[in-house]
Amino acid sequence: MDEFIKTGNPRITVENLTMAYGTSVIQKNLDFEINQGDIFIIMGGSGCGKSTLLRHLVGLHRPSMGRVIYRDPGFPGPVSFWDAPMETRRILMKNMGILYQSGALWSSMTLAENIALPLEQFTDLNARTIRELASLKLALVGLAGFEDYYPSEISGGMKKRAGLARALALDPDALFFDEPSAGLDPVSARLLDDLILEIRESLGATVVVVTHELASIFAIGNNCVFLDPVTKTMIASGDPGHLLESSRDQRVIDFLTRGEGRGS
Amino acid sequence: MGELIYELGEGISGGGVLTVAMTGEFTMDADFPTSREVVRRIDSFGVSIECVLFKSRDIARWDSSILTFLKDVTGHCSSRGIAWDVASMPGGIQRLLDLASAVPEREGIRKKTGDASFLSSTGQAAMDIFHGTLEMLGFIGDAFIAFLRLILGRYKIRMKMFFPIVRECSVDALPIVSLISCLVGLILAFVGAVQLVMFGAQIYVASLVGIAMIRVMGAVMVGVIMAGRTGAAFAAQLGTMEVNEEIDALKTLGISPMEFLVMPRILALAFVMPLLCLYADLMGIMGGMAVGIFMLDLNFMEYYNMTKASVNLNSFWIGIFQSFVFGILVALAGCLRGMQCRRNASAVGEAATSAVVTGIVAIVIATAVITVVCNVLGI
Repeated sequence: MDEFIKTGNPRITVENLTMAYGTSVIQKNLDFEINQGDIFIIMGGSGCGKSTLLRHLVGLHRPSMGRVIYRDPGFPGPVSFWDAPMETRRILMKNMGILYQSGALWSSMTLAENIALPLEQFTDLNARTIRELASLKLALVGLAGFEDYYPSEISGGMKKRAGLARALALDPDALFFDEPSAGLDPVSARLLDDLILEIRESLGATVVVVTHELASIFAIGNNCVFLDPVTKTMIASGDPGHLLESSRDQRVIDFLTRGEGRGS
Repeated sequence: MGELIYELGEGISGGGVLTVAMTGEFTMDADFPTSREVVRRIDSFGVSIECVLFKSRDIARWDSSILTFLKDVTGHCSSRGIAWDVASMPGGIQRLLDLASAVPEREGIRKKTGDASFLSSTGQAAMDIFHGTLEMLGFIGDAFIAFLRLILGRYKIRMKMFFPIVRECSVDALPIVSLISCLVGLILAFVGAVQLVMFGAQIYVASLVGIAMIRVMGAVMVGVIMAGRTGAAFAAQLGTMEVNEEIDALKTLGISPMEFLVMPRILALAFVMPLLCLYADLMGIMGGMAVGIFMLDLNFMEYYNMTKASVNLNSFWIGIFQSFVFGILVALAGCLRGMQCRRNASAVGEAATSAVVTGIVAIVIATAVITVVCNVLGI
């Protein structure tokens, strides 16, 4: 196994995590750290549990074993998510923005209302300020003027952008993306990648991306974990570019080179 | 039509070499020998065969059925240690056969499809019921906690969400509630009239319809209508949200779906149902009155006075209370099934169906319990 990178200051630490649905184990013995400011890629073949790992990282699933520990700016020390009281968990989750695979916009609300909801729920701002903030977030993702559209009235790429705007609503310092480029044409996918980089630069946020788009992996990732569906555990971690050059694991090399080998 | 021509030759090591020449059409709708016939033929030669060669002698057309045929025969040959060769078949056939055997089957990957034994399926069913009950109790408990938190002012119901739900389950439901309860009143009056006319006591139709509608039928009919209409809608709405990850999006924003989605629906239905019940009572009595006036020659005042005399306030309150309970039950059933929805499109349909069934069963059980309790208390 390639050596773990355990330096810097971790934002999220995964300790001996085992994920399972009922009795069927998805992944076991996961151990890695996501550092503050990383663009961390979760990669692996189809069906190896990438999205499930993401759902564990954001507190949607309770691990069968092991812990997920956060160092949230709102708390002095590290907090283990599932050992913390309900209120703490809420605050932790509030500090994470998530872009779901399908956008997951609330279909009964307009885009502006989608972005306004978290603001209304967690702040005491008045309606006008909230509306202005929502417009700003939409403008940030290139959707200025779309405030009063319903999710069903816009295209898939726009839904993802709107979903990103909603993820940014509460200015989280950790952002999670579930297959951001799935279902997008190469140009839109590239634009979304640029947007992710831009946001990371300007907000200093930690970014976690589930993807198997090689172009994205090398373009934006500076750390990663590689999940294997057969052995059901992680088989590599570290900088994807570095892995491509020096990994000794054939499965990792195959993945990163589309099975064409490293060449000579 | 596909035909096979067998030629037996002699191999290098003394065994037989069987050449199977294939000619004609080998397609799904053509008629050609089955693999079993070929295997029987191979066995019937008497000499031990060491190799089977498949040759194409002008195969006119072929499709996947020739592949299954060859795969079957060659598989059979391999298992008996007979060598085989398809090298002189058309290139497409060879390539497809290679492709089909390129990735060997992983061990233990095949699903067990056989029927489970009676004991294990009974046990499984019992476990399912147990888990289902636990889940239901958990949901009711969560709903109760959410209600307490609402009373304590920990969160607020958003009026912008609440009123559309109220409208959806009140005004929008009025036409069907009018129709059904009016007809139920009418039917009650008809059934009663047939008996009562024999005694010349047709005036008691008014009492029959009045008491029945106000005490139970109004509430039960509205409950059943709302289970089919609104309970199913709730389940479908929440189920679709679950499928689209919208519920996850709520959770990760720290918004409890129980407080944000379920509570407004329960409160809306609990608030609206007594009103609908009142309306249904009135419509039912009007239905009965139509029968009384047009069939039994009663006049309006007679019917009105008789209804007023026979219905007491207790019955009225029991009816209203029942409809309040039904409202909560129907909303709970709808939301529970919606939240339990799995992540595929057919699951939404199942959730809606199951919400209606659960709702109606809950209504019937609650009616029985309330009736027995009232009886014991002597109300």
